[in-house]
Amino acid sequence: MAADTTVYKEIDGKGGDYFSLVGWLGLMIAAGLASVYYMEHHGHVVTGMTNAVVWGTPHVFAVFLIVAASGALNIASISSVFGKYHYKPLARLSAVTAIALLAGGLMVLVLDLGRPDRLIVAMTKYNFKSIFAWNIYLYTGFFVIVVAYLWMMMERRMVPHSKKAGLLAFVWRLALTTGTGSIFGFLVARPGYDAAIMAPMFIAMSFSFGLAFFIILVSVTYRASGRPLGDLILFKMRNLLGIFIAAALYFTVAQHLTNLYAAEHTGIEAFILMDGGIYTFLFWVVQIGLGSLFPLALLFNPATGRRCQGIIVASLLVIIGGLAQMYVIIIGGQAFPMPMFPGMEVSSSFFDGVVHSYAPSLPEVVLGLSGVATTLLIIAVAIKYLPLLPTSLSDAKVDPHHAPKD
Amino acid sequence: MTDKSMTKVDTSRRNILKGGAAAAVITLAPGVTLRTVEAAVTGPATNAKRWGMLIDANAPSDVWDIAVEACKAEQGWGKDEAHANPATDPQWIRKVNIKDPKTGAKASLPVMCQHCANPPCVDVCPTGASMKRADGIVLVDKHICIGCRYCMMACPYSCRSFVHEDVHGQRPHMPRGKGTVEACTLCVHRVDKGQQPACVEAISKMGSDAMIFGDLNDPKSEIAQAVSKYVTQRIRSDLGVEPGIHYRGI
Amino acid sequence: MRSTSRILSLTILGFAILAFTIGSSIFAAPAKAGEVPVPSPAKAFKGEQCLEPTDVMRRNHMDFLQHQRDETLREGIRGQKYSLNSCIDCHAVTSPDVAGGQVRTLKPFCAQCHAYAAVSIDCFQCHNGAYQPGIGDQSALPADHQTKAMIATLEKQLAKGADK
Repeated sequence: MAADTTVYKEIDGKGGDYFSLVGWLGLMIAAGLASVYYMEHHGHVVTGMTNAVVWGTPHVFAVFLIVAASGALNIASISSVFGKYHYKPLARLSAVTAIALLAGGLMVLVLDLGRPDRLIVAMTKYNFKSIFAWNIYLYTGFFVIVVAYLWMMMERRMVPHSKKAGLLAFVWRLALTTGTGSIFGFLVARPGYDAAIMAPMFIAMSFSFGLAFFIILVSVTYRASGRPLGDLILFKMRNLLGIFIAAALYFTVAQHLTNLYAAEHTGIEAFILMDGGIYTFLFWVVQIGLGSLFPLALLFNPATGRRCQGIIVASLLVIIGGLAQMYVIIIGGQAFPMPMFPGMEVSSSFFDGVVHSYAPSLPEVVLGLSGVATTLLIIAVAIKYLPLLPTSLSDAKVDPHHAPKD
Repeated sequence: MTDKSMTKVDTSRRNILKGGAAAAVITLAPGVTLRTVEAAVTGPATNAKRWGMLIDANAPSDVWDIAVEACKAEQGWGKDEAHANPATDPQWIRKVNIKDPKTGAKASLPVMCQHCANPPCVDVCPTGASMKRADGIVLVDKHICIGCRYCMMACPYSCRSFVHEDVHGQRPHMPRGKGTVEACTLCVHRVDKGQQPACVEAISKMGSDAMIFGDLNDPKSEIAQAVSKYVTQRIRSDLGVEPGIHYRGI
Repeated sequence: MRSTSRILSLTILGFAILAFTIGSSIFAAPAKAGEVPVPSPAKAFKGEQCLEPTDVMRRNHMDFLQHQRDETLREGIRGQKYSLNSCIDCHAVTSPDVAGGQVRTLKPFCAQCHAYAAVSIDCFQCHNGAYQPGIGDQSALPADHQTKAMIATLEKQLAKGADK
């Protein structure tokens, strides 16, 4: 393989655009911290979360960011582990994006705890039967491994070893996403979860969300910094995204078809697919329609798929669809009443037998968005102070031997 | 003169005192005793006992309201919540009304923490705060609970509550605080003193045996005999969590 | 060489910082009375002496409580010595700052030293620090700790009696 001749250079980051971006992100993070203080001081009664719907909008954002984090590492993994050298120039940015997404997601998750002051307890006392406890190690290990991987890619004498680190990072992120999916998959109590398919479904979702985020990031950053972004790499990523969207869609279809077959699960399926009000809307219109089918059409229709804007819009829709999917899974799964007496009509003072109502509250939404802001701020600072971005991603630079084709 | 048997008795008395566990009564000499007010150190709980309850769902439904009120009075929840919002207020025990939609037949029963032998809440707790004592009582160790609510996601009976706001007026035997998770403790503070849970006692004071409490492992206990005489049901028994709360009539 | 002088200057700076931090605590003047009020924990409501001598309690009360709480909660061992409720039974006193002097709480006792030492404690988010009737029954020790001394004397008598 030819030596890597890519030139990596920090962005200038001196313009007013950059500083106003950082300013807005900082403001969003400050707002998130303020809402955390508000929630801690008054208790979670000020949020929309209840004893019936215990995980709400912060968890939707947090799980989305964590899932996207492992997917964002894909570009680096494809180049190191699978030897697709076209993606090599973007490997460093891919690693930093993975770290930033995970940091943002974890921040939201930890700040929503009832007792975030006891984080040190969570890091010293472990019940290893709990997938949460394993996740703590998987998440912190991910940081360490990806930082090491990034360093090996950037440090010239370590580059020959970066392939091993890339392989370790790849295996680790599969374990991490399996762990995240298993948070739900291991819950026998609720009919919306309790499925082995959760783990591979989350892996497919991670591929799709992570790459969509990455595509938007690359396109916006290259346009804003005036560096050339060629069609070759963009179209390669577009094709990958299409495959990943289809994979995630496949697992969703498999999950629901299986549930529909079993009489035991008709209740939850009717809820999600037909009677669930907001959850049904989010599932069909946003997750399936806007988030999966429409982006696929955009990406593979030559009129839209060959234009940068079309690809960016498709990626944005994938992200929106992904958030909707998380909402349906996490909140829809809790809204459906616990089937303690199947076949019976049940009522009580504790909302047995009825769909549990939930509405996102402002502190929750602000906290979730501040996690996204944290991710973006980490990336913005990293590309300014570290040589992460190739100076050019034009076709000639990405693949000197390849004749331009779509 | 040293009487051998007297020395033996004296030695054993001394050992009782030295051991740190003060006996309720100390015999100084035949017929002469010193009563101290020191309570014995009891425990630890062992798996020789398995505490359980047998609930008769055929009882009239207002009996269960009494059980709920007794729990509130004993454990200090259900009052003083600043916002009085049923969605966020704790409910350690609740009356559940069941109706068969096809026939119209009705029943009602109390549902609280089922104190499972294989509790899903204990499996999922990341810090080990959700724990099962050796004698089967499932508790939340609020000293290490981080308030992640994963146990609430995992519980098949929705029996745990998250404390959504500041708490005041806690009972001395039942600390409760904002940001942690709580549930029925099977009145462990009473059980350890040889008493019955508050709900069971309130109902037996009415003369009803709709709730029976006891040691399922003790073949001579009322509950063990009842459970061997009648086939009882447990809610969602297909999950294999082996609840300690048995029901009749559902 | 440029890097040598940078290393040298950074090392000197590092030592200067170290010297300042260590030296300032070695050579510090004792805190003058009147600058920070020395804590005065309230005298106990009853009892002449705590479960342990004062200096032992002062240094170890947190370990006693933390160790025993796990034994009580997780293992179900009841009636041991260092229960928080036994603290409340004796040390809860009234104070004009708390509920206008109507309620006996631990605040005038615990908060004094903890505020001075700036060690925030977690206990009273969940534990009720107020005295409630019958709280003494929750703990092992009787209301007056003189019984301990009485038993110690008895032990000696019994030992003497057996050797007769």
